[in-house]
Amino acid sequence: MAAPSAASPDANFLALLFSRRAVLLALIVFAAILLLCLFAPLVAPADPMKMSVRARLSPPGGDFLLGADAFGRDVLSRLLYAGRVSLMIGLGVAALASVAGVAFGLLAGFFRRLDGPISRLVDAMMAFPDILLAIALVSILGGSVVNVIIALAIVYTPRISRIVRASTLVIRELPYVEAARALGSSTRTIMFTHVLRNILSPIVVQATFIFAYAMLAEAGLSFLGVGIDPKTPSWGTMINEGRQYLDQAAFLIVFPGLVISVSVLALQLIGDGFRDALDPRLAKDL
Amino acid sequence: MARYLIKRILGMCVVIFLVLTIAFIIVRLAPGDPAALMLGPDATAEDAAALRSQLGLDRPITAQYLSFVTGALQGDLGTSIYFKQPVVSVLAGRAEPTIFLSLFSLVIALVIATPIGIYAAYRRGSLLDQGAITTAMLAASIPSFWTGLMFQRYLATDLGWFPASGYGAPDASFVERMGYLILPSIVLGIVNSALILRFTRASMLDILGEDYVRTARSKGMTERRVVLRHALKNAAIPIITVIGLTFALLVSGAVVTERVFNIPGMGNLVVSAVLRRDYPVIQGALIVVASLYVLINLLTDLLYLLVDKRVKY
Repeated sequence: MAAPSAASPDANFLALLFSRRAVLLALIVFAAILLLCLFAPLVAPADPMKMSVRARLSPPGGDFLLGADAFGRDVLSRLLYAGRVSLMIGLGVAALASVAGVAFGLLAGFFRRLDGPISRLVDAMMAFPDILLAIALVSILGGSVVNVIIALAIVYTPRISRIVRASTLVIRELPYVEAARALGSSTRTIMFTHVLRNILSPIVVQATFIFAYAMLAEAGLSFLGVGIDPKTPSWGTMINEGRQYLDQAAFLIVFPGLVISVSVLALQLIGDGFRDALDPRLAKDL
Repeated sequence: MARYLIKRILGMCVVIFLVLTIAFIIVRLAPGDPAALMLGPDATAEDAAALRSQLGLDRPITAQYLSFVTGALQGDLGTSIYFKQPVVSVLAGRAEPTIFLSLFSLVIALVIATPIGIYAAYRRGSLLDQGAITTAMLAASIPSFWTGLMFQRYLATDLGWFPASGYGAPDASFVERMGYLILPSIVLGIVNSALILRFTRASMLDILGEDYVRTARSKGMTERRVVLRHALKNAAIPIITVIGLTFALLVSGAVVTERVFNIPGMGNLVVSAVLRRDYPVIQGALIVVASLYVLINLLTDLLYLLVDKRVKY
């Protein structure tokens, strides 16, 4: 662990974050995937929707670096465009679940009367396995990108809420909060200025993991055929489409599976890195 | 102790009541007329009205809710629209493969993960430790259905080591049916071993740092004895916890894995129910699985009392 330095806390954080090679590598890989997908229109070698009968199921190599699918569409280009959808769903779920989770968690941690009902509700929500609850919600809401984001955000909000509540309960008893209260700060100021700011690190860590889980869950829902519209390319729908050709053209499934796995692995490593850098006390394992 | 038990059981009742309420609300959230949705676009108005009264949808919402909750508490989860049978018997008919798939994969996960987790903690920082952690993280990052598809293609179709999919002919014997579950259980076992490995390693690390372990070492006890006699016994608790926690993961994994291998279990049933808009079945599956989860976690908490004499409530 780095020795305490006089540098600003931010510089210290970055130094700690980058001190682990695996985390640094994960950040680079994830940033590369993010940028490639973001700039898909510029970097994609072909139109992801352009069909060609002659190119049907072309193996990787030649004109099609990663092969062509059953409609002769370029797999690499589709992967890049599909990544935009998959990453957007991951990010959207992480953001939405964080906002909602912070709201519920702060309310439960601050107001004793609300704690019981909110905590029991969180317990009940967490009793549902995530995919099963997401399936039920999507089946009711209907399968669109926005609805999948909403459904998965509902699934993951309790996780954030639980962490925020636990941290709030600890922090609101600390002397500086007491001091702020004695100085006449309003509950709202204490909640947002003193407490929220100090529990940001566990929230960021958890949100990173939820980003990863949400991408896995989206892929799962799409694979089951109950996620987003199968015509919208996402990494999950690509696997679902390629499944029919598992025996002839496994590459249709191999590549989307690899990008999902690499992205999720990178996110998990980044989450671990954030956790260790933001709170060195937690860095006891690994 | 008795007070703790009563408190926990009351808490569980509240949570199960909330589970029922959430399941009720989710299905009621469906936009439009549920009866028309279930029947599809070709249904006549009379059909819809008949279904509405059959489902009790023409009664006030509070009355519907009350009869839903009292029914559910008596084991009545409504009637499947598609099968025209009680949801409970539809679910029970599909339970066998799901239960055995979950059990086998849990056993596989425990057999893989606990020894490696313990050894990794014991040799902390070694190549094996780092390799184990990295592999576990990798296993947690790969979508289980993708692993399933790959295994299906290369181990079942190409090498022919396992049946590729299905659950045998309708008259297949029990042993034959279980044969179809081997490959799916391995897939699901690998996925679940990741969490168990990390958990076992972390709790073993905690235990190895305890005073009594240091005492045992300073008495001149061999490392082997320290680990096997002192540390391992106390690692039982976290392993029990993780079994409770993996239940949700197992069920989620089973839903997807059953779909990959075309196994007619509860997971496959739920996915088909979504496509058929058979809401009572979805609702019933949610309730059964969530209640089981709550129950299992209560049981694991109670097992603590038996395993660890230090835990007092």
